[in-house]
Amino acid sequence: MRKTLPFALVTGVGFFMLVQYFIPREEFEIVYEWSLDWIIVIGCFAMLLGLWSLTMASVHKVQRKTPGWGYSIITLAGLFFMLFVGLYPGQASLVRGSIFMLLFEYIYIPIQATMFSLLAFYIASAAYRAFRARTVLATILLLSAVIIMLRLIPLGPLSAINQWLANFILTVPNMAAKRAFWIGVGLGATATALKIMLGIERTYMGRD
Amino acid sequence: MNFYEQIMNLDRRWVYLVIGLVVVITAIFPFDVPLYVTPEVRSVYDYVESLNPGEVLMIGVDYAPEAMAELHPMSYAITRQCFKRDIKLLLCCLHQNGPGMVEQVISQVSKEYNKVNGVDYVYLGYKPYPSITILAMGQNFRIPFPEDYYGTPLDSLPMMGGITNYDNVKAILNISAGSATEYWINYANGRYNAMLAIGVTGVMTSDYYPFLQSGQIFGLIGGMKGAAEYEHLAEKGGYISREKDQLSAYKSMPIQTTTHVVVILFIVIGNIGFFLSKRKKSRI
Repeated sequence: MRKTLPFALVTGVGFFMLVQYFIPREEFEIVYEWSLDWIIVIGCFAMLLGLWSLTMASVHKVQRKTPGWGYSIITLAGLFFMLFVGLYPGQASLVRGSIFMLLFEYIYIPIQATMFSLLAFYIASAAYRAFRARTVLATILLLSAVIIMLRLIPLGPLSAINQWLANFILTVPNMAAKRAFWIGVGLGATATALKIMLGIERTYMGRD
Repeated sequence: MNFYEQIMNLDRRWVYLVIGLVVVITAIFPFDVPLYVTPEVRSVYDYVESLNPGEVLMIGVDYAPEAMAELHPMSYAITRQCFKRDIKLLLCCLHQNGPGMVEQVISQVSKEYNKVNGVDYVYLGYKPYPSITILAMGQNFRIPFPEDYYGTPLDSLPMMGGITNYDNVKAILNISAGSATEYWINYANGRYNAMLAIGVTGVMTSDYYPFLQSGQIFGLIGGMKGAAEYEHLAEKGGYISREKDQLSAYKSMPIQTTTHVVVILFIVIGNIGFFLSKRKKSRI
């Protein structure tokens, strides 16, 4: 029963979603809308589960004093302080000027913006080290990268030629490679979905 | 270690120092960068231009503060263009750190143009699980968002009268720094045939050209350069102005230009070192 019921649910819902996509009927639409409500409800529970999981993982780290346990205290403090400020009754937390939004604007935004800005330095260093014309393929990669980077730079009369080259790289070889990649992803996802619906892939049920 | 090897293995701190100096110096002494407006950016601008006053454009803002520098200018420029042309906006957010981003844009620009919440624009707010939310909105915006961001039921907002799902908005513009874009393409366009254009970060841009060619998206604004191109068009159209300091991406282009020049120079230096050292070794 522990396996039959989840399998029956997954197969039934999976095939229904597949059929309703290709056969548009009013009855299907009603069930489809109803299922969307259900997905949202399940999603809310998943979020609560995530909150619980994060809290317990952080608490265990602090209790066991594992390396970096101090960061777990900061995680828990940040999590519950923001929850408290956001849910505190009697004030609208999501409008500009509220404590919640002030914390977001003056602590969270600068932190994230700083972290992302540091990437510029790492990328510059990585580009300097990685782009070496060691082989033919590495040379092609290097030249493509330089052409794409040059499109951001005004080169006078050469700009038009470079723009054309950059556009060619993006819309021909890049697109061909991306297409192959996306088709592969699509086929893989379809195969996995079919395996789950037919009961061949059952790892989502957890261990035996 | 000989000179050529030293060039090849320059301490990374020198790279950091040079990049830092170039950024600071260019910020202090900016200059004008001529811009070539790409067709994919122009098509988004032209589409917004083609809308009539009173028509509804939907904007999905799916980015966090880390992508602000690249994507915030797009949001501001498009919102200003729409409000000046009296186009109504329906905004939503599918990124957990995005609600504050939308709030910043909409509260500031709505004040500039005296636009009223619920009448000229509706901000639906944030919902997790982008794929589910996009699918649900295709049926009815009220399924995932029974209330707007500020807690008002959608049915009591004048603008939402007659707006049920994607069929009632002219197009969707997704400004995103993550995987939400794929869901918009797969579900909003793929399933519900919604007209879709996207604005994404520089590193994401190349991923979405196939969708542009296949016609699944009708426009693509890529990174800070794309944002600067859009601002350039919006400035020409009289929607934003330099005097009011409304061209933040365009203002950042000199910094982006000089840092790219420096990165290219470092690559050239590294390769000169590599070839000279290789030649010296082959002689020995």
